Amino acid sequence: METAIFYIAALVAALATLRVVTHVNASHALIYLVVSLLAVAVIFFLLGAPFAAALEVVVYAGAIVVLFLFVVMMLNLGRTSVERERGWLRPGMWIGPAVLAAVLLVSFVFVFWGTDAKTSGEMVGPRAVGIALFGPYIIAVELAGFLLLAALVGAWHLGRRYLEERRGADDFPEEDASPDEAAPEASAEGNA
Amino acid sequence: MLILPVAVGTLVAALFLVWWERRLLGWWQDRLGPNRVGWFGVMQAVADAIKLLTKDDWVPPFGDRAFFVLAPAVVAGAMLMALAVIPFAPDWWIVDVNIALLWFLAMSSLAVYGVLLAGFASNNKYALLGSLRAAAQMVTYEVFMGLSIMGVVIHAGSFSLVDIVEAQDDLWFVVPQFVGFLIFMIAGLAESHRLPFDLPEAEHELTAGFHTEYSGMKFGLIMAAEYVALIVTSCMIALLFFGGWKVPAFLGFLDFLPPVFWFGAKVFVFINFFILLRAAIPRPRYDQLMGYGWKLLLPLSLVNLLVTGALSL
Repeated sequence: METAIFYIAALVAALATLRVVTHVNASHALIYLVVSLLAVAVIFFLLGAPFAAALEVVVYAGAIVVLFLFVVMMLNLGRTSVERERGWLRPGMWIGPAVLAAVLLVSFVFVFWGTDAKTSGEMVGPRAVGIALFGPYIIAVELAGFLLLAALVGAWHLGRRYLEERRGADDFPEEDASPDEAAPEASAEGNA
Repeated sequence: MLILPVAVGTLVAALFLVWWERRLLGWWQDRLGPNRVGWFGVMQAVADAIKLLTKDDWVPPFGDRAFFVLAPAVVAGAMLMALAVIPFAPDWWIVDVNIALLWFLAMSSLAVYGVLLAGFASNNKYALLGSLRAAAQMVTYEVFMGLSIMGVVIHAGSFSLVDIVEAQDDLWFVVPQFVGFLIFMIAGLAESHRLPFDLPEAEHELTAGFHTEYSGMKFGLIMAAEYVALIVTSCMIALLFFGGWKVPAFLGFLDFLPPVFWFGAKVFVFINFFILLRAAIPRPRYDQLMGYGWKLLLPLSLVNLLVTGALSL
């Protein structure tokens, strides 16, 4: 039963990811990306990592792709961009990437052919994940924190410059010019 | 085996909640409200449902058909899925997983897609503005909705809602986590975009916001999802901060009543409180809402988490 669900989820993930690359409409491609992430979350859950599965949905599907979609909606890419994408995605375009991906696939299969790496299938609870993160992997957590802080400061800086220009231009009262764009960007970092 | 009763029961409750809300608002605003159909107008809910079901179900030809049809299903589906982890009484739950709280957060963050897609697929500037507002608002308030309940997780030592309720035997978490409770309540209100925070559908500015183009049962589904979100948020407040199905200490002599009664009563109190908020507080401006979230609630929830963590070391 679990093996069947695993293969179904893996198939959904692979097909959805393929559609992310090949779809000409940016917003549809993003929804395929969400489907792919949800399928990966199911796989995580089956492999005994419920915490990672939940975070996959909360952070990747629930915050980061929302922001992608947000930007796509703001830019309001209509029929013209679909046409342009279609021009870019000519059949000939696929030869190079397909060959490279095939090489990767072959080496991947080669590496995993002999190894007998099974997951224990045992559920690793949130507590164990937390202990691992703040024990042996504390450096990685701290470095990720630095990176996110840098991103946050960067987003604030960009938003501030935009605001100052606006303020100088038409003398807006201070509270009226709040950073609508900067805020959701920062949220992804805060959430991640 | 509780799946069907819970899903159907919640949808029916959402239906009657519309009538209840209109009656209460009428009462508070010194008018009658719907009181004609059935006893005290209770059949108004049924009449509304029949009207929605028989209306012309129009899909705008200028929009994105697939997304337009998908969006209401996503909103309603995500909110109903969140119900899966809610324990109503001892042994009355659909599943008890050790990531129940994260499941709730995940489902409420997936509900954003429904709103975003609804506005985007309508190809209408009011709808688009509404869904842009909704996306920013929900992503923002999700951040400290998650942070505000981490204090409860620290106290209970588990993400499982059953464990969290069991950990409140002596003291409800609303006492040590009062700040967390306030932040969670405000964030829950913003997540379900109900009235003080209903900027995505602010009817004065945006016609009906992200669901401007919706009619018939698709609109009904979006509406129902909003009420289900209200019920789910109230359930979460009752579970996380008010001891779930446990009898309040000052009403100990009433403990012959079944646990599910106490859970229901607590949830009902919060639902009524949210309805009262709608009648009492005007809508803030959009930039005020975002500034309030990022500049006040986020630092406050971080400080709350820090203090809770330090005290429980």
